[in-house]
Amino acid sequence: MQDDKIKKLEERFEARIAADEKIEPRDWMPEKYRKTHIRQMSQHAHSEIVGMLPEGNWISRAPSLRRKVALLAKVQDEAGHGLYLYSACETLGISREELFEQLHTGKAKYSSIFNYPTLTWADMGAIGWLVDGAAIINQVPLCSTSYGPYARAMVRVCKEESFHQRQGFEIMMTLANGSPEQKEMAQDALNRWWWPSLMMLGPTDAESVHTAQSMKWKLKRKTNDELRQQFIDQTVPQADLLGLTIPDPELKWNEERGHYDFGPIDWDEFWQVVKGHGPCNKERLGARVKAWEEGQWVRDAAVAYAEKQSNERSLKREETVIQSKAS
Amino acid sequence: MKDQLYQYILGIADNSLILGQRLGQLCGHGPSLEVDIACTNISLDLFGQVRSYYQYAAKLAGGDASEDSIAFLRKEREYRNVLLVEQPNTDFAYIITRGFLFDVYHELFLERLMHSKDETLAAIAAKSIKEVRYHRSFSSEWMKRMGAGTEESHRRVQDAVDSLWRYTKEFFQPTEAEKAMAEAGIGVDTSSFKATYDQHIAEVLQEATIVVPTSPYFQRGGKEGVHTEHLGYLLSDMQYMQRTYPNMNW
Amino acid sequence: MSKNWPLFEVFVRSKNGLEHRHCGSLHAADATMALQNARDVYTRRSEGVSIWVVESKNITASNPEHSEEFFEPAADKIYRHPTFYDLPDEVKHM
Repeated sequence: MQDDKIKKLEERFEARIAADEKIEPRDWMPEKYRKTHIRQMSQHAHSEIVGMLPEGNWISRAPSLRRKVALLAKVQDEAGHGLYLYSACETLGISREELFEQLHTGKAKYSSIFNYPTLTWADMGAIGWLVDGAAIINQVPLCSTSYGPYARAMVRVCKEESFHQRQGFEIMMTLANGSPEQKEMAQDALNRWWWPSLMMLGPTDAESVHTAQSMKWKLKRKTNDELRQQFIDQTVPQADLLGLTIPDPELKWNEERGHYDFGPIDWDEFWQVVKGHGPCNKERLGARVKAWEEGQWVRDAAVAYAEKQSNERSLKREETVIQSKAS
Repeated sequence: MKDQLYQYILGIADNSLILGQRLGQLCGHGPSLEVDIACTNISLDLFGQVRSYYQYAAKLAGGDASEDSIAFLRKEREYRNVLLVEQPNTDFAYIITRGFLFDVYHELFLERLMHSKDETLAAIAAKSIKEVRYHRSFSSEWMKRMGAGTEESHRRVQDAVDSLWRYTKEFFQPTEAEKAMAEAGIGVDTSSFKATYDQHIAEVLQEATIVVPTSPYFQRGGKEGVHTEHLGYLLSDMQYMQRTYPNMNW
Repeated sequence: MSKNWPLFEVFVRSKNGLEHRHCGSLHAADATMALQNARDVYTRRSEGVSIWVVESKNITASNPEHSEEFFEPAADKIYRHPTFYDLPDEVKHM
């Protein structure tokens, strides 16, 4: 009987999504929908927050004031995006503290690309161009995902992201048109960020465990391999424009497919980084934990102060009541 | 005269540059996401002001001078900021206290610079004052929260106030350029608002249950380019690209 | 101790003449901080001229399980809408 009822609810739920209706926080939803959304949205939020670190690394060293403010604003936006996404998660009944806990203990994942080091200024260009480029491909379809708060957060994120990729490409362009040293710096950054950017779009379809379900719930509109192909197809001409060489000797236009063919991706490296053994996993997580722990007394102070203030207000109110009764 | 005006502008702008740089270091490491975003906003405001001032200064200097050559290519002894703003991000109490002690000064200063006979400076001041009023309100609120929050926060912020207090008198000790500019009606005579400054600071500290230090010993020198040891490290970080790769566009 | 900062909902008026619209949420220790945080988080690109914040727990929401009895009875009251009334096209200003 109970099972019957749930089955009916589930059918109605799936029908609503199929009809492009949005699901809102207090609506009935299958437990799996809730869990999957918490997982994906929080991973996304964690990626934004951890993603602040490799770029934050260069704020103090940005080579001009114009670049400095653009980078600072960009990294700040990432904090904002993390915040929007954590808030969307919280509508599903999990607190931000719990989500941080999952991140800090290594239980939750974030995008593996942020575990690579930013070694030169050109990395700011490469990240904006490639990493944000890949992220946008992932994110734009999410603006119409089925869960209302996620879709709304993504609309805001995508609107704000639009300057990020341009910011990166402009850095690359300046370097590519600059001195031989600068051009070399740009090429080196492309060499180091190209493959991780391709990996960032997720494991191959054959290995991707969540794809079918995610497609149904509109958490995904295209498969990882489709997204990767789209990314490569749109990025190769941009690299040509910059006069930079993509570090893949097998990269070649395939007239028949209407797409670029590309060489094999080193998935062993991908899984190594995902499992916590990339070049900077420890540093990134360490920095997040440190900020959170060192902020504890600050957050506590604010709570204690708020409580004192609110007690004082209610005391004053009581006094007024007593006085008015007496008069 | 032109040289004094140039020096005077650097004196104002360098404060914002160095404090902006310090706050920028916090980005991604704040005690909460919301606070992280707020501190970055303040940093961005300060860099915005810096660019306006330096662009003006570059015009005065003529030749190849640009906002970036002024920001990145001076030697340590040529930076004119007060010692306070270069102090490190020891903890959040130091960050907020440093901001607070500067913001109160900055607001009072800009309120007066708005009436400068120099139209460019007056315009920059008029734009900046709106930003700085917010900075002052932000840091004042946090002074109260930390001062009257928990025992630990009280202790930390009292410690920060005690330690940074020695850098607060420098604002009011004019350099030759400041004197000349004030006399010409271009600059601000900072001694005219020292009492107001002390009063504003005392009011907030009282609400924050923080004791105003009574130590008569103060430090000075930043305005003449004699800095604390902290500035050199900040500059080597900030200037790294321009020094390693000279004469390139970025 | 370690109590967490409560959640606030943020409403922003994008310009005078328009209503405040819900734009998201954030955490703050008190309402004053919530307003400042909202300003920094949600109006960085000149999105607003006025902000309301309200602690999320103070919002009473309708229950979606009661949506049918709550909202559907309004659906057939078509006489509340101007299109319900037949008038000849010649009638102007109505």
